[in-house]
Amino acid sequence: MRAAWLICLKDLKARLRDRSALLIGIVVPLGLAFIFNSIFSGISGGSNVISLGVVNADHGAASQQFTSQVLPAVSRSGLVSIHAEPTETRARALAAKGTLAAVIVIPAGFSARVQANRPASMQVIGNADAPVSTEIARSIAESYAADLNRIRLSVATVAGTTPLPPTRIQALAAQAAAASAPVTVTDVSAQTKELNQKSFFAAGMAVFFLFFTVQFGVTSLLEERNDGTLARLLAAPISRASILGGKLLTSFMLGAISMAVLVAATTLLFGARWGNPAGVTVLVVTAIMAATGIMALIATVARNAEQAANWQSVVAVVLGLIGGTFFPVSQAPGILSSITFVAPQAWFLRGLGDLRGGSVSAVWVPAMAMLAFAAVTGGMALLRLSRLAEM
Amino acid sequence: MRMTRQRMASCTGPLTREKVPLQRLILVWWAHPVDGNMADRRVLECHGLRRSFGKIAAVDGVGFHIDSGETYGLLGPNGAGKTTTISMIAGLLERDAGEVTVAGEPMTTRSVRAKSALGYVPQELAIYPDLSGRENLMFFARLYGMPTAQAKSRTDEALALTGLADRAGDQTKQYSGGMKRRLNIGIGLLHRPRLLILDEPTAGVDPQSRNAILQSVEGLSSAGMAVLYTTHYMEEAERLCDRVGIIDHGKLIAEGTRAELVSMVGEGDQVRLSATGNLAGAATDLAARPWVRKAEALDGSMDLVVENARSELPAILTDVAASGVTVRSVEVAEPDLEAVFLHLTGRALRD
Repeated sequence: MRAAWLICLKDLKARLRDRSALLIGIVVPLGLAFIFNSIFSGISGGSNVISLGVVNADHGAASQQFTSQVLPAVSRSGLVSIHAEPTETRARALAAKGTLAAVIVIPAGFSARVQANRPASMQVIGNADAPVSTEIARSIAESYAADLNRIRLSVATVAGTTPLPPTRIQALAAQAAAASAPVTVTDVSAQTKELNQKSFFAAGMAVFFLFFTVQFGVTSLLEERNDGTLARLLAAPISRASILGGKLLTSFMLGAISMAVLVAATTLLFGARWGNPAGVTVLVVTAIMAATGIMALIATVARNAEQAANWQSVVAVVLGLIGGTFFPVSQAPGILSSITFVAPQAWFLRGLGDLRGGSVSAVWVPAMAMLAFAAVTGGMALLRLSRLAEM
Repeated sequence: MRMTRQRMASCTGPLTREKVPLQRLILVWWAHPVDGNMADRRVLECHGLRRSFGKIAAVDGVGFHIDSGETYGLLGPNGAGKTTTISMIAGLLERDAGEVTVAGEPMTTRSVRAKSALGYVPQELAIYPDLSGRENLMFFARLYGMPTAQAKSRTDEALALTGLADRAGDQTKQYSGGMKRRLNIGIGLLHRPRLLILDEPTAGVDPQSRNAILQSVEGLSSAGMAVLYTTHYMEEAERLCDRVGIIDHGKLIAEGTRAELVSMVGEGDQVRLSATGNLAGAATDLAARPWVRKAEALDGSMDLVVENARSELPAILTDVAASGVTVRSVEVAEPDLEAVFLHLTGRALRD
């Protein structure tokens, strides 16, 4: 074990000195996470919480229900903050400045037209630089409009062709409205839980580049064989297991250093929320083990260090894409949402999603899945690595 | 040889950066107490070594021994089996058959004790380019089980020995080829092995560094270290090696001292006399001598082949003078290992 540590420390020193590991393990993923986060934040309005303005020029029953019941319910989801604006002109100005991502305008007479069963409309004013936020505002308005139509249809169905007194209509409308909640934003099921944008890009880039970072350790065995230093290690009074152990330890340590720095940096710099530290630790450790196992296995089938690096890069990119490190594949329809779990990266991201608001126990399934990757690929790699450590 | 080591034992003391002759520095450095049974002079013993790669027998029944203080040269062209033999001796490669013992310990790929007594300097520059010279030495010193303090001390000594103390903190990728070669050897000496294996240590080295390396090897041998040396350069083998083994097609085809090998192939010394006078008569007289194998008179000169030119030259000059010949100059060419190698294998060493 002492010899394995010495080899690991030597490799770490060399890797940190040539800066390639620092670049790939920390600088590039951090930079890309920042860039992706900035791009997608811009599209969605620059913030995770959408500032939505409301101009109520109506003050009737229908508009009061929208502003006092629907919008507060949406606001409680944490996705939208509601700002009541006195006039459409002022709201437009704020939207143009970007202070508001979108504005919903309820014109005067809206409630009266609804109650009179005449066409009525709400207006959505969007900021051109925040199309996603505008779409969300439109969805909220359309959802409420659909609810109103459902109530009108219910009342019309009961009334048939018989004219009803206004009190009866109001009673029926109240009854129909009570039958379902107004527009609600519900949490999605556990199977499709997603990280928020900042956390997703931080975690996605971290685990994507983890597969590149750990390859330095195992591949260096091929480099040492090529450079002649492996012969010197083999001639030293240490076991071959120490040499192999040292290389695997180097991979693990590089991965651990990279992930620790990225978790801390994205939390402090971007405000990413990784979740329960114990759960994150379990996921990170098992992800490093899975990445090391896969990269080690690839190294053992390559003829030299250069070929190993090429193959490892291809596998890391393909697994990264399938695993949803750049976009959430688990939300995709059909087979795509299932195939993603052939990649450990998908289990890592799912684990972080499950961990949101949950305890450590939420990550056991993803952690066990990644351990299985590590056991299978790492076991096969160990069998073949012993052949690599021969002249 | 034992006397040499006893004499050197009294010279131990702190090393300085003063310009001390390299050989003396090595003697002082290596004359520290050495682990292992020094009473046993047989440091390396191997016999019946065999190793095949597929259907090709790379090494086929090679065996030899090296004693303490002896330098053994293993000569052979590329592909002859030198590196495979060395790899089996150093415990890098599993063998199909045969035995290797280093300092009394059986050597296998898993032998920790036997490997502790062996220093291996591969042909490649087996050093880490991103580490400094000191870091390279410290790493291998620790790998050989030395505690930190001892590793530091041995590292300082090795840096002084190899003349790299002034550049100890530089990354070795900034070193010249000669400096890398010296460090390569220094790493092999760190743990003061009883057997040092040097695999073509002067390949691609400038003349100055090459001479320093040869001096180092001479010094280590004088200090009692057993050295196994492979080279393409015949003059290096002639200068350094007490005994030489010639390997070809995986077999050790000849072994012995230079004189023994020359005698084995029956080559004689060539003497050319530039002279005037009755050369034909003198040649006839000399041909009658039992130690003269051939005497031939040419135009203005005479060519002779004799068994030992150094000892018979006075008699030759006396005889030709008696025949009325005036000698203007004498050239003597002794057969070398190159000639022996050519005779045994039918090709030059560097073919």
